[in-house]
Amino acid sequence: MMAALILVFSLATLGMFFVSYCRSLVAASSHHTLSAEVRDVTGIRAAAAGRDYQRVVQLLQLCPDRVDDRTNLRAVSLYHSLLTFAQHTAARLAPALLSWTERERAQCAQFAAVTLDRRIAFSREMLAQQAQL
Amino acid sequence: MPGSVALFIWCLGTLLELCFVVCSLVRKSFVRYFFLNLYFILSILTSAIRFLTLNAYGDSSEQYIHAYFYTDALLTLGLFVALISLYSHVFGELGFSKQIRYGAVLLLLGTAAFSYGVVRESEARLATKFAYELSQNLYFVGLVLTYILWGAVLKLREARARLVQFILSLGLYFSAYAASYALVNLADKFSVIRYLSQLLACLLPLSWSITMLRHTEDSRIATAPLVAVPR
Repeated sequence: MMAALILVFSLATLGMFFVSYCRSLVAASSHHTLSAEVRDVTGIRAAAAGRDYQRVVQLLQLCPDRVDDRTNLRAVSLYHSLLTFAQHTAARLAPALLSWTERERAQCAQFAAVTLDRRIAFSREMLAQQAQL
Repeated sequence: MPGSVALFIWCLGTLLELCFVVCSLVRKSFVRYFFLNLYFILSILTSAIRFLTLNAYGDSSEQYIHAYFYTDALLTLGLFVALISLYSHVFGELGFSKQIRYGAVLLLLGTAAFSYGVVRESEARLATKFAYELSQNLYFVGLVLTYILWGAVLKLREARARLVQFILSLGLYFSAYAASYALVNLADKFSVIRYLSQLLACLLPLSWSITMLRHTEDSRIATAPLVAVPR
Protein backbone atom coordinates (compact mmCIF):
# COMPACT_ATOMS: atom_id res chain seq x y z
CA MET A 1 0.00 0.00 0.00
CA MET A 2 2.78 2.41 1.02
CA ALA A 3 4.81 1.49 -2.08
CA ALA A 4 1.77 2.13 -4.31
CA LEU A 5 1.27 5.54 -2.67
CA ILE A 6 4.93 6.45 -3.16
CA LEU A 7 4.65 5.29 -6.78
CA VAL A 8 1.61 7.49 -7.47
CA PHE A 9 3.15 10.54 -5.76
CA SER A 10 6.53 10.11 -7.45
CA LEU A 11 4.94 9.56 -10.89
CA ALA A 12 2.94 12.76 -10.42
CA THR A 13 6.06 14.78 -9.51
CA LEU A 14 7.98 13.04 -12.32
CA GLY A 15 5.34 14.15 -14.83
CA MET A 16 5.37 17.70 -13.46
CA PHE A 17 9.18 17.96 -13.59
CA PHE A 18 9.31 16.33 -17.04
CA VAL A 19 6.83 18.82 -18.52
CA SER A 20 8.69 21.74 -16.93
CA TYR A 21 12.04 20.39 -18.12
CA CYS A 22 10.80 20.06 -21.70
CA ARG A 23 9.24 23.51 -21.55
CA SER A 24 12.56 24.94 -20.37
CA LEU A 25 14.18 23.31 -23.43
CA VAL A 26 11.65 24.65 -25.92
CA ALA A 27 11.37 28.07 -24.23
CA ALA A 28 14.95 28.84 -25.24
CA SER A 29 14.04 28.53 -28.94
CA SER A 30 10.69 30.34 -28.87
CA HIS A 31 12.16 33.76 -29.75
CA HIS A 32 14.59 32.43 -32.35
CA THR A 33 13.96 33.78 -35.85
CA LEU A 34 14.13 31.00 -38.42
CA SER A 35 16.30 31.50 -41.49
CA ALA A 36 14.59 31.95 -44.87
CA GLU A 37 16.12 28.65 -45.97
CA VAL A 38 14.51 26.68 -43.13
CA ARG A 39 11.21 28.44 -43.74
CA ASP A 40 11.34 27.38 -47.38
CA VAL A 41 12.32 23.81 -46.76
CA THR A 42 9.86 23.22 -43.88
CA GLY A 43 7.00 25.26 -45.30
CA ILE A 44 6.67 27.19 -42.02
CA ARG A 45 5.52 30.69 -42.87
CA ALA A 46 4.65 32.95 -39.91
CA ALA A 47 4.80 30.56 -36.94
CA ALA A 48 5.25 26.81 -36.54
CA ALA A 49 2.15 24.69 -35.94
CA GLY A 50 1.88 21.39 -34.09
CA ARG A 51 1.35 19.41 -37.31
CA ASP A 52 4.76 20.67 -38.65
CA TYR A 53 6.68 18.67 -36.07
CA GLN A 54 6.80 15.31 -37.87
CA ARG A 55 7.85 16.91 -41.14
CA VAL A 56 10.66 18.89 -39.48
CA VAL A 57 11.87 15.77 -37.66
CA GLN A 58 12.01 13.89 -40.98
CA LEU A 59 14.15 16.70 -42.39
CA LEU A 60 16.33 16.60 -39.28
CA GLN A 61 17.07 12.93 -39.96
CA LEU A 62 18.57 13.92 -43.32
CA CYS A 63 21.12 16.22 -41.64
CA PRO A 64 24.32 15.05 -39.96
CA ASP A 65 23.63 14.25 -36.31
CA ARG A 66 24.98 16.50 -33.56
CA VAL A 67 25.71 14.95 -30.17
CA ASP A 68 24.86 18.08 -28.15
CA ASP A 69 21.25 18.37 -29.38
CA ARG A 70 20.43 14.65 -29.73
CA THR A 71 19.37 14.06 -26.08
CA ASN A 72 17.28 17.23 -25.89
CA LEU A 73 15.57 16.35 -29.16
CA ARG A 74 14.67 12.92 -27.78
CA ALA A 75 13.18 14.49 -24.66
CA VAL A 76 11.15 16.94 -26.75
CA SER A 77 10.02 14.11 -29.07
CA LEU A 78 8.73 12.20 -26.07
CA TYR A 79 7.00 15.36 -24.83
CA HIS A 80 5.42 15.89 -28.26
CA SER A 81 4.16 12.29 -28.33
CA LEU A 82 2.63 12.72 -24.87
CA LEU A 83 0.96 15.95 -25.97
CA THR A 84 -0.42 14.29 -29.11
CA PHE A 85 -1.76 11.45 -26.98
CA ALA A 86 -3.33 13.96 -24.57
CA GLN A 87 -4.85 15.84 -27.50
CA HIS A 88 -6.51 12.68 -28.80
CA THR A 89 -7.80 11.57 -25.40
CA ALA A 90 -8.29 13.93 -22.42
CA ALA A 91 -8.27 17.15 -24.45
CA ARG A 92 -11.44 16.08 -26.29
CA LEU A 93 -13.30 16.58 -23.03
CA ALA A 94 -11.72 19.91 -22.12
CA PRO A 95 -11.44 22.65 -24.78
CA ALA A 96 -8.91 24.64 -22.68
CA LEU A 97 -6.62 21.63 -22.63
CA LEU A 98 -7.05 21.21 -26.39
CA SER A 99 -5.76 24.72 -27.17
CA TRP A 100 -2.96 24.36 -24.61
CA THR A 101 -1.73 21.05 -26.11
CA GLU A 102 -1.83 22.62 -29.58
CA ARG A 103 0.24 25.61 -28.41
CA GLU A 104 2.73 23.25 -26.79
CA ARG A 105 2.98 21.09 -29.92
CA ALA A 106 3.65 24.24 -31.95
CA GLN A 107 6.47 25.12 -29.50
CA CYS A 108 7.92 21.63 -30.04
CA ALA A 109 7.79 22.19 -33.82
CA GLN A 110 9.55 25.55 -33.37
CA PHE A 111 12.23 23.82 -31.26
CA ALA A 112 12.75 21.18 -33.98
CA ALA A 113 12.94 23.88 -36.68
CA VAL A 114 15.55 25.82 -34.68
CA THR A 115 17.53 22.59 -34.26
CA LEU A 116 17.29 22.06 -38.04
CA ASP A 117 18.55 25.61 -38.57
CA ARG A 118 21.55 24.92 -36.32
CA ARG A 119 22.30 21.60 -38.03
CA ILE A 120 22.23 23.19 -41.49
CA ALA A 121 24.57 25.96 -40.29
CA PHE A 122 26.84 23.32 -38.72
CA SER A 123 26.92 21.26 -41.96
CA ARG A 124 27.76 24.40 -43.94
CA GLU A 125 30.61 25.17 -41.58
CA MET A 126 31.94 21.62 -41.91
CA LEU A 127 31.79 21.79 -45.71
CA ALA A 128 33.56 25.14 -45.72
CA GLN A 129 36.31 23.74 -43.50
CA GLN A 130 36.72 20.72 -45.77
CA ALA A 131 36.89 22.99 -48.84
CA GLN A 132 39.66 24.99 -47.17
CA LEU A 133 41.66 21.80 -46.59
CA MET B 1 30.09 -10.03 -9.53
CA PRO B 2 27.22 -8.17 -11.20
CA GLY B 3 26.12 -9.27 -14.69
CA SER B 4 27.53 -7.70 -17.82
CA VAL B 5 24.51 -5.36 -18.29
CA ALA B 6 24.73 -4.08 -14.71
CA LEU B 7 28.49 -3.67 -15.02
CA PHE B 8 28.08 -1.75 -18.29
CA ILE B 9 25.52 0.63 -16.77
CA TRP B 10 27.78 1.10 -13.74
CA CYS B 11 30.77 2.03 -15.93
CA LEU B 12 28.61 4.31 -18.10
CA GLY B 13 27.32 6.16 -15.03
CA THR B 14 30.84 6.65 -13.69
CA LEU B 15 32.03 7.92 -17.08
CA LEU B 16 29.15 10.41 -17.26
CA GLU B 17 29.98 11.65 -13.75
CA LEU B 18 33.56 12.18 -14.83
CA CYS B 19 32.23 13.93 -17.94
CA PHE B 20 30.35 16.48 -15.79
CA VAL B 21 33.46 17.28 -13.74
CA VAL B 22 35.50 17.71 -16.96
CA CYS B 23 32.76 19.91 -18.50
CA SER B 24 32.75 22.10 -15.36
CA LEU B 25 36.50 22.51 -15.56
CA VAL B 26 36.40 23.27 -19.29
CA ARG B 27 33.59 25.82 -18.87
CA LYS B 28 35.41 27.32 -15.85
CA SER B 29 32.44 26.66 -13.57
CA PHE B 30 34.03 24.16 -11.20
CA VAL B 31 34.20 26.53 -8.23
CA ARG B 32 30.77 28.08 -8.88
CA TYR B 33 29.13 24.65 -8.79
CA PHE B 34 31.66 23.15 -6.40
CA PHE B 35 29.19 21.03 -4.43
CA LEU B 36 27.67 19.47 -7.57
CA ASN B 37 31.19 18.53 -8.64
CA LEU B 38 32.03 17.31 -5.15
CA TYR B 39 29.03 14.97 -5.28
CA PHE B 40 30.18 13.43 -8.56
CA ILE B 41 33.80 13.17 -7.36
CA LEU B 42 32.50 11.37 -4.26
CA SER B 43 30.41 9.13 -6.50
CA ILE B 44 33.43 8.21 -8.65
CA LEU B 45 35.48 7.42 -5.53
CA THR B 46 32.58 5.42 -4.15
CA SER B 47 32.38 3.37 -7.35
CA ALA B 48 36.09 2.61 -7.08
CA ILE B 49 35.78 1.55 -3.42
CA ARG B 50 32.75 -0.64 -4.15
CA PHE B 51 34.42 -2.25 -7.14
CA LEU B 52 37.59 -3.05 -5.18
CA THR B 53 35.59 -4.48 -2.28
CA LEU B 54 33.44 -6.48 -4.68
CA ASN B 55 36.51 -7.91 -6.39
CA ALA B 56 38.22 -8.77 -3.15
CA TYR B 57 35.35 -10.22 -1.10
CA GLY B 58 32.36 -10.92 -3.42
CA ASP B 59 28.87 -9.42 -3.43
CA SER B 60 27.44 -11.44 -0.54
CA SER B 61 30.27 -10.67 1.88
CA GLU B 62 29.85 -8.60 5.05
CA GLN B 63 32.59 -6.27 3.83
CA TYR B 64 30.76 -5.45 0.59
CA ILE B 65 27.43 -4.93 2.36
CA HIS B 66 29.09 -2.52 4.82
CA ALA B 67 30.97 -0.72 2.05
CA TYR B 68 27.78 -0.44 -0.03
CA PHE B 69 25.52 1.00 2.64
CA TYR B 70 28.06 3.36 4.21
CA THR B 71 29.09 4.78 0.85
CA ASP B 72 25.42 5.05 -0.13
CA ALA B 73 24.71 7.13 2.99
CA LEU B 74 27.75 9.28 2.23
CA LEU B 75 26.58 9.81 -1.36
CA THR B 76 23.06 10.74 -0.29
CA LEU B 77 24.60 13.23 2.13
CA GLY B 78 26.65 14.60 -0.77
CA LEU B 79 23.51 14.97 -2.89
CA PHE B 80 21.73 16.70 0.00
CA VAL B 81 24.60 19.20 0.26
CA ALA B 82 24.51 19.70 -3.54
CA LEU B 83 20.78 20.45 -3.32
CA ILE B 84 21.35 22.94 -0.49
CA SER B 85 24.01 24.62 -2.64
CA LEU B 86 21.34 25.09 -5.34
CA TYR B 87 19.14 26.69 -2.66
CA SER B 88 22.03 29.03 -1.88
CA HIS B 89 22.33 29.95 -5.56
CA VAL B 90 18.61 30.76 -5.77
CA PHE B 91 18.28 32.57 -2.43
CA GLY B 92 21.85 33.86 -2.16
CA GLU B 93 21.06 37.13 -3.89
CA LEU B 94 18.26 37.76 -1.40
CA GLY B 95 20.79 37.46 1.45
CA PHE B 96 19.40 34.26 2.94
CA SER B 97 22.54 32.10 2.62
CA LYS B 98 23.21 31.90 6.36
CA GLN B 99 19.62 30.95 7.20
CA ILE B 100 19.69 28.27 4.51
CA ARG B 101 22.85 26.74 5.96
CA TYR B 102 21.39 26.67 9.50
CA GLY B 103 18.12 25.27 8.20
CA ALA B 104 19.92 22.53 6.24
CA VAL B 105 21.96 21.47 9.28
CA LEU B 106 18.83 21.36 11.44
CA LEU B 107 16.96 19.34 8.80
CA LEU B 108 19.88 16.93 8.48
CA LEU B 109 20.12 16.47 12.25
CA GLY B 110 16.37 15.96 12.43
CA THR B 111 16.44 13.34 9.67
CA ALA B 112 19.37 11.57 11.36
CA ALA B 113 17.54 11.58 14.71
CA PHE B 114 14.37 10.24 13.08
CA SER B 115 16.35 7.51 11.28
CA TYR B 116 18.04 6.53 14.55
CA GLY B 117 14.66 6.41 16.25
CA VAL B 118 13.41 3.95 13.63
CA VAL B 119 16.35 1.55 13.87
CA ARG B 120 17.44 1.85 17.51
CA GLU B 121 15.53 -1.30 18.54
CA SER B 122 17.64 -3.43 16.18
CA GLU B 123 20.50 -5.11 17.98
CA ALA B 124 22.19 -6.65 14.97
CA ARG B 125 23.84 -4.41 12.35
CA LEU B 126 22.62 -1.19 13.95
CA ALA B 127 25.12 1.00 12.09
CA THR B 128 24.34 -0.55 8.68
CA LYS B 129 20.58 -0.27 9.23
CA PHE B 130 21.03 3.34 10.37
CA ALA B 131 23.03 4.13 7.20
CA TYR B 132 20.29 2.52 5.05
CA GLU B 133 17.46 4.30 6.88
CA LEU B 134 19.24 7.67 6.77
CA SER B 135 19.86 7.25 3.05
CA GLN B 136 16.19 6.45 2.30
CA ASN B 137 14.88 9.29 4.47
CA LEU B 138 17.30 11.80 3.00
CA TYR B 139 16.13 10.83 -0.49
CA PHE B 140 12.55 11.55 0.51
CA VAL B 141 13.56 14.86 2.14
CA GLY B 142 15.51 15.65 -1.05
CA LEU B 143 12.46 15.09 -3.22
CA VAL B 144 10.31 17.37 -1.07
CA LEU B 145 13.05 20.04 -0.91
CA THR B 146 13.49 19.97 -4.71
CA TYR B 147 9.75 20.39 -5.13
CA ILE B 148 9.80 23.42 -2.80
CA LEU B 149 12.85 24.83 -4.58
CA TRP B 150 11.09 24.54 -7.93
CA GLY B 151 8.13 26.42 -6.48
CA ALA B 152 10.52 29.15 -5.31
CA VAL B 153 12.15 29.33 -8.76
CA LEU B 154 8.76 29.96 -10.34
CA LYS B 155 7.73 32.45 -7.67
CA LEU B 156 10.99 34.39 -7.85
CA ARG B 157 11.00 34.18 -11.68
CA GLU B 158 14.52 32.80 -11.63
CA ALA B 159 15.82 33.07 -15.20
CA ARG B 160 19.33 31.59 -15.06
CA ALA B 161 19.08 28.75 -17.58
CA ARG B 162 21.75 26.58 -15.97
CA LEU B 163 20.27 26.83 -12.51
CA VAL B 164 16.71 26.17 -13.74
CA GLN B 165 17.79 23.07 -15.67
CA PHE B 166 19.98 21.76 -12.84
CA ILE B 167 16.99 21.97 -10.49
CA LEU B 168 14.59 20.38 -13.00
CA SER B 169 17.01 17.53 -13.72
CA LEU B 170 17.41 16.94 -10.00
CA GLY B 171 13.64 16.91 -9.57
CA LEU B 172 13.32 14.39 -12.41
CA TYR B 173 16.04 12.25 -10.85
CA PHE B 174 14.51 12.25 -7.35
CA SER B 175 11.01 11.52 -8.68
CA ALA B 176 12.15 8.75 -11.01
CA TYR B 177 14.32 7.22 -8.29
CA ALA B 178 11.40 7.21 -5.82
CA ALA B 179 9.15 5.65 -8.50
CA SER B 180 11.70 2.94 -9.28
CA TYR B 181 12.14 2.26 -5.55
CA ALA B 182 8.36 1.79 -5.23
CA LEU B 183 8.30 -0.41 -8.37
CA VAL B 184 11.05 -2.64 -6.98
CA ASN B 185 8.92 -3.13 -3.86
CA LEU B 186 5.78 -3.81 -5.90
CA ALA B 187 7.21 -6.04 -8.65
CA ASP B 188 10.61 -7.35 -7.61
CA LYS B 189 10.36 -10.42 -9.86
CA PHE B 190 10.92 -8.38 -13.05
CA SER B 191 14.68 -8.08 -13.40
CA VAL B 192 14.34 -5.09 -15.76
CA ILE B 193 13.10 -2.97 -12.85
CA ARG B 194 16.33 -3.69 -10.96
CA TYR B 195 18.32 -2.08 -13.78
CA LEU B 196 16.02 0.91 -13.75
CA SER B 197 17.51 2.64 -10.70
CA GLN B 198 20.99 2.04 -12.09
CA LEU B 199 19.98 3.60 -15.42
CA LEU B 200 18.38 6.54 -13.63
CA ALA B 201 21.68 7.22 -11.88
CA CYS B 202 23.16 7.85 -15.37
CA LEU B 203 20.51 10.44 -16.25
CA LEU B 204 21.54 13.03 -13.66
CA PRO B 205 25.19 13.43 -14.76
CA LEU B 206 24.05 13.24 -18.42
CA SER B 207 21.49 16.04 -18.16
CA TRP B 208 23.75 18.19 -15.96
CA SER B 209 26.64 17.75 -18.43
CA ILE B 210 24.38 18.78 -21.35
CA THR B 211 23.23 21.81 -19.36
CA MET B 212 26.81 22.74 -18.54
CA LEU B 213 27.83 22.47 -22.20
CA ARG B 214 24.76 24.05 -23.72
CA HIS B 215 24.35 27.11 -21.50
CA THR B 216 26.76 29.70 -20.23
CA GLU B 217 26.39 31.42 -16.87
CA ASP B 218 24.81 34.37 -18.68
CA SER B 219 22.13 32.31 -20.50
CA ARG B 220 18.64 33.28 -19.47
CA ILE B 221 15.23 31.72 -20.10
CA ALA B 222 11.78 33.09 -19.53
CA THR B 223 10.30 31.27 -16.53
CA ALA B 224 6.74 32.33 -17.30
CA PRO B 225 6.16 29.51 -19.83
CA LEU B 226 7.57 26.85 -17.50
CA VAL B 227 4.46 26.38 -15.39
CA ALA B 228 2.96 23.03 -16.39
CA VAL B 229 -0.68 23.94 -15.79
CA PRO B 230 -2.54 25.35 -18.81
CA ARG B 231 -3.80 28.89 -18.18
